[in-house]
Amino acid sequence: MVTEARVWEALAEVADPEIPVVSVVDLGVVRDVEVEDGHVRVAFTPTFLGCPALELMRERMADAVRGLGAEPRVDVVMDDSWSTDRITPAGHEKLREAGFAPPAPRGAGAPQLVQLQRGTFRCPYCASTDTRLENIFGPTPCRSIRYCASCRQPFEQFKTI
Amino acid sequence: MSAQAPSRTDLLLAIADDELVVGWRNSEWTGIAPFLEEDVAFSSIAQGEIGHARAFYELAATELGTTADALAFDRRPDEYRCAPLVELRFVPDWARTIARHYLYETADAIRIAGLKESEWDELAGLAAKVEREEVYHLMHAQMWADRLAASTDGRRRFDEAVTELWPYALGLLEGEERERLAETVGREPVDAVERGAHTDELVPLWDEMTMVRRSAPGAEW
Repeated sequence: MVTEARVWEALAEVADPEIPVVSVVDLGVVRDVEVEDGHVRVAFTPTFLGCPALELMRERMADAVRGLGAEPRVDVVMDDSWSTDRITPAGHEKLREAGFAPPAPRGAGAPQLVQLQRGTFRCPYCASTDTRLENIFGPTPCRSIRYCASCRQPFEQFKTI
Repeated sequence: MSAQAPSRTDLLLAIADDELVVGWRNSEWTGIAPFLEEDVAFSSIAQGEIGHARAFYELAATELGTTADALAFDRRPDEYRCAPLVELRFVPDWARTIARHYLYETADAIRIAGLKESEWDELAGLAAKVEREEVYHLMHAQMWADRLAASTDGRRRFDEAVTELWPYALGLLEGEERERLAETVGREPVDAVERGAHTDELVPLWDEMTMVRRSAPGAEW
């Protein structure tokens, strides 16, 4: 018997295709799960609209549901209900361990350049805040590049959106 | 301006076409930008814009009973509704590239803020999501405008390029939003280069952009 709890457990095993240390549940992109008569509906919000992993995430979530013997429907929700504040505390910890600085809290307004240029961002390797912005953009839409002057290591910073 | 008010899918296609074509133009810097950081930045911005185009096309496609890919790639060049500003090819001119980037992102922020108030819930929701991402594009554009303005030669070349492109930038927006753009940029409104007629640069762009899809009609990607 498929239950919502079992679907959530299965989705917690679905790795993000680009940062496999975190799952789709850690990322907070699973908005809702409904189970009815063996049919499972998963509501999913993309992180970034230009994310090339979007389709792959959707397929892997559908596969995970099929693995429970249920028929999946994965609906993509295109609104602003996802922000980086949705990434779970466990997700933050996993990101940091893998060398990605987790996103700063969103705060009241939109992020501004002066904030990114401040040295308040912590290096995921040595925990120093003596870091500077190298590039607003990085290898994927969700990441910026920073440099740690303390351990002389460039690192990837999750953008706050 | 046509006598008949454009439908909501016409408006949506205009925005989607702008995003697709400006994304295409931005991607032309991939591999050849003045330095590595900008290679990464313009590539990432291009990916973002094309992602937004896809989302707008998908919304239009549900209304029109077609697909996002068909809207993006199966129309004839004269059926595109993009503004002439995004069609212009600037590689390897960095000053004009940054001038367009600055004008486009500034105008786009005004347009997105308006769409968030749309009575069409799906569009308002999508606009709110797009806005979160576009903040970084605008930030990048303003950073470069400031950087060019910090040197005498840079300021002269940037100002010349903004002056040249200003009538085109106004053509991105309609009505009151044009006045808001003029206030934000600090320029007087002039006669806009309107949407509708295309520049000579669209056909070569279209030819390249749709080449793969036209080479294998009906293929699944």
